Amino acid sequence: METVDDVVVETRDLRMRYGDKDVLSGVDFEIRAGEVVCLLGPNGAGKTTTIEILEGFRIRSAGEAVVLGEDPAAASEDWRARTGVVLQSWRDHPRWTPRQLLAQLGEYYRPYSTPERARPHDTDDLLETVGLSRLADQKINTLSGGQRRRLDVAIGIVGRPEVLFLDEPTAGFDPQARREFHDLIRRLSAVDGTTILLTTHDLDEAERLASRMLVLAGGRIVADDTADGLARRVAGETEVRWRRGEEVFAERVADGTAFARDLFAVHGDEIRDLEVRPSRLEDTYIALVQQHEAGHADAAARLFAGASGQPATELDQEPSR
Amino acid sequence: MSATNPVMHAVGIGVRRGLGEFGKSVRSTQDQGFYIFTALAAVGYLYLRRDSEVEGTGLLLPSVTLPSILGLLIAFGAVIGPAYALAMEKEDGTLLRHKAVPHGLKGYFAGQLTFQSLSLVPQMVVILVPSFLLFDDLMDHPSGWLTVTWVIVLGVLATMPFGMAIGALVPSSQKVGTWGMLPVMLLAGTSGIFYPLQRLWDWAEVVVQCFPVYWLGLGMRSAFLPDSAADAEIGGSWRTWETVAVLGGWAVVGALVTPVLLRRMARRQTGSQIEAARDASLQWVK
Repeated sequence: METVDDVVVETRDLRMRYGDKDVLSGVDFEIRAGEVVCLLGPNGAGKTTTIEILEGFRIRSAGEAVVLGEDPAAASEDWRARTGVVLQSWRDHPRWTPRQLLAQLGEYYRPYSTPERARPHDTDDLLETVGLSRLADQKINTLSGGQRRRLDVAIGIVGRPEVLFLDEPTAGFDPQARREFHDLIRRLSAVDGTTILLTTHDLDEAERLASRMLVLAGGRIVADDTADGLARRVAGETEVRWRRGEEVFAERVADGTAFARDLFAVHGDEIRDLEVRPSRLEDTYIALVQQHEAGHADAAARLFAGASGQPATELDQEPSR
Repeated sequence: MSATNPVMHAVGIGVRRGLGEFGKSVRSTQDQGFYIFTALAAVGYLYLRRDSEVEGTGLLLPSVTLPSILGLLIAFGAVIGPAYALAMEKEDGTLLRHKAVPHGLKGYFAGQLTFQSLSLVPQMVVILVPSFLLFDDLMDHPSGWLTVTWVIVLGVLATMPFGMAIGALVPSSQKVGTWGMLPVMLLAGTSGIFYPLQRLWDWAEVVVQCFPVYWLGLGMRSAFLPDSAADAEIGGSWRTWETVAVLGGWAVVGALVTPVLLRRMARRQTGSQIEAARDASLQWVK
């Protein structure tokens, strides 16, 4: 087992070009052992490409990638035994049952079992964990999208991977399945020390799960921070709404609390229905994506670059809303 | 258990997978339907022409044509079966699933080989059993079964690589029809199974004899028919050694080339392709 500070996943100046289109133009990040990291970004930003390069399923155009000390593009079968993969789209083995498929794919990991890390997971336990016990002997083509996805997750972790890659794992989950999945990911990270990289469109999910977030836009990592740190970057954008008489007001200010104090000092009792809404992760994200989509990728990258906890007042660019 | 060699372990899983797939296949009504359809077509044809005599041999048509039909069905099954399976499983993610586990692809291909070979058994049985009940003088001498066995084994080894190659190379399963079916039909139509090869132009006769389908049919006829029937063949002989040489040659070429093609195909597999293939198939259905 690695110590906590070990870097498990590392990319340096990772580039991917399809035809004459650059999808990744220099991606750099590191993930340490035991971290849960979310990769966010608008559609087409290259999230899947990045994760497929790290899985060894896609050959990069340039740059470096290292996962568990090996280059994924030339990784050994022993390396496969230590990684787990949940892809975006799967519709295979329609005539099989979840139990058969999980047991068979798990079997490949048995020669890689060690005293510290017994491989594979017990099939029944794993089916129970992902909530598929009741459906274990039904044909896979009778499962719903969300149930099938849970089977994908089970297959991804059946070999007790040290690193797990998940591409939009919760697409098609109902709220309860989503919550159970979050519990599972937290347990994997806490109990097995699994390092996890996942992509998602769901910011609440990212906020709940990830110890760190990477935002991919314009072919680069434009933000690498905790959820809190990320949200605070547009702290200048606290929204204050209030009513005075019949008129409704709304303003974006740097310090919501100070603004409200002043408001009361000037207008006193006339102020009604006061709302002070501090910026959330979503605000940061939307601002970023809008910058990107308006063709200001570089501006967006500049805006969100830099160390975490950067004071709000230093942000001179206002996201257009 | 942890001392086992991972490669042999994976091949073992693959063989069990092939057995499992075979079990699922014979229980599926779709596959049963296919077997029954081919059996009805083949046996029905033989039954309708049960009294025709094949000129120059003094034998009835069922005796001469049954071995040819069996040879053709083996070639057809060994090519189209793996071609479709691979093309489909490339698209639906089966292959990628195996790529994600240690030595999974070795297991996957061991499974395909097992399953596709076993699938030929019910195909043979559904035709042989009714044929032997309905027609006389099918097998000239019991020792012919020995010949049947080696011809089938060698024939499968010679033809299945074509199927694997087609499956590996076609861009999508919807293209197997054009890329796979057409050449097989062409070879089958000119293989001397439906009418004597000597009726073709000379150059076509040479081309056809370069491919395994003709030899598979010839080998099967040599197993079932009396030696006197060899007079109707090219050169008036069963040409057993030539049969072994051509089928064996293709088997060797297949064993050398197929792993290279499969590795190339597997290396190019990505999850995004599966997504793209799904979108394409939705488009197609619309």
